[in-house]
Amino acid sequence: MAIDFLFQPFQYEFFIHAIIVSIIIGGICGLLGVYIVLRGMSYIGHGMSHAIFGGAVISNIVGIGFYIGAAVWGILSGLLITEINKRYKIKNDAAIGVVTTAGFALGVFLMSTNQAPSRNFEALLFGNILAVTDLDFIIISIISVITISFIFFFQKKLLFTIFDRETAKVYGVNTGRIDLLFSFILAIVVIAAMNSIGVTLLAAAIIAPAISARLLTNNFFKMLIISTIIGIINSFFGMYSSFFLDSPSGATIVLFGTGSFILVIIYSQLKKFHHMHFHADRKHSHIHTHSEEHRHEH
Amino acid sequence: MMYMKSSENILSLKNILFGYDYHSPVIDGVTLDVAKGSFIGILGPSGSGKSTLLKLIVGIHNPWSGQILFSKYETDKNIKYPIIGYSPQVDVIDWSFPITVREVVSMGIWNKSGFFPWITKSSRTKIDVILKNLGIYGLADHQIKQLSGGEQKRVFLARALIHDPDIVILDEPTAGLDNMNKNKFLQLLINLNLRGITIILSTHDIDGIAKKLPWVICFNKSIISQGSPSTTLSESAIYRTYNLK
Repeated sequence: MAIDFLFQPFQYEFFIHAIIVSIIIGGICGLLGVYIVLRGMSYIGHGMSHAIFGGAVISNIVGIGFYIGAAVWGILSGLLITEINKRYKIKNDAAIGVVTTAGFALGVFLMSTNQAPSRNFEALLFGNILAVTDLDFIIISIISVITISFIFFFQKKLLFTIFDRETAKVYGVNTGRIDLLFSFILAIVVIAAMNSIGVTLLAAAIIAPAISARLLTNNFFKMLIISTIIGIINSFFGMYSSFFLDSPSGATIVLFGTGSFILVIIYSQLKKFHHMHFHADRKHSHIHTHSEEHRHEH
Repeated sequence: MMYMKSSENILSLKNILFGYDYHSPVIDGVTLDVAKGSFIGILGPSGSGKSTLLKLIVGIHNPWSGQILFSKYETDKNIKYPIIGYSPQVDVIDWSFPITVREVVSMGIWNKSGFFPWITKSSRTKIDVILKNLGIYGLADHQIKQLSGGEQKRVFLARALIHDPDIVILDEPTAGLDNMNKNKFLQLLINLNLRGITIILSTHDIDGIAKKLPWVICFNKSIISQGSPSTTLSESAIYRTYNLK
């Protein structure tokens, strides 16, 4: 009986549909989040999602495709942020704050003045997986394939650019093009995730898995894998719980992200505590094989 | 970046003017010829434009006016252009970044190590050889945050050397090192120079580095004096370089 109860959501086609979409989005948000966190641009996910909301509303009113309008607006916002940062020596966070909030404000303004929006914009703000159509499902799948391919084939250039931007340029990496492509990928991922998580909550879905993964490993590739897995787990359980709790899917997924981050913090503190005690007992007895000059914290 | 006809000079700077804002140039009319196989130290205080000059040479910035010319030279098979190795100041690096020594060094050959994200077997062998030559092979799988100051400099030197450069440009490579490590690092560079690699480095260290180099340029926005340390590092040149009265 209890098992029947637990499997009850899977009897509904809409739920299976929703959970697949959530898992895909959770995974790609987790994957992309690693690059955003290591780039020190955690705010960009938040900003980009807000900016794209403006583009989505405008495209709806003007009557062009939702995805086209949102993508163009997102990429333009990304370019504008980069240009303001480069030309006027204004820091990234300030440029993001101005550009993206303006886009969001414009979206809210137009949404309130436009009488008959044909799309559910509240779902875009707070997330509603039931708003995901078959077309959305296909586009989300395509976006995932594009994102994973981008990460796979541009990994070396991306890593070099994030780690040591100026030297990457010297070694022939077109860092400007990498920025542009990354903005494009972030924009399409935000668009993919808007319906299920919502623009106001999306930043947490991108950042939380990555910072949790960062606390669990010092290895870059492991960080990519762990962050993706955490993103998938958060999305799965967030969506699953929202069925029983009758809560908004986006908010529930983000709360699971926060919960998993807290668990990871507790785990890493316990590990640190255990490590300190372990080494305190042994620090005078174990053999050091480190090379000269090498520092090692005990 | 432009190239000139083959000559004994590997690099020539002609009347370079550059700044970060249009009212105050940081590099003011620099003309310099760098002979192939030379070992040059650019000496100057913080803010004198040393790093900017090196960034202009490697192409991070473009000069407002003037020309930076690299000479091409003939090998047995064809005409080659000099390959540049560059190492920035290590304090611009995020040392908490989750990356290993091997991964950092592999960046120097990112475009020669296949299409896939992982390090290929041949690249791995090449990296191991360079790490052994620089005495840091044991650190290959260490995270960069575990490295000491001297090890950090060697890792960045390894990345600058991994693609067999003709000219290596190092921005403050010995800053923050104690005397023993400074001398060890300098000896590494001297050995590289003896193998024919042209080296240009920046430093603010007169006694620890500049006096031990074969050629020194006193620099503060423009070239104040240049030559062997014994002739160049005169009291008046140092006073002018460091804006002392």
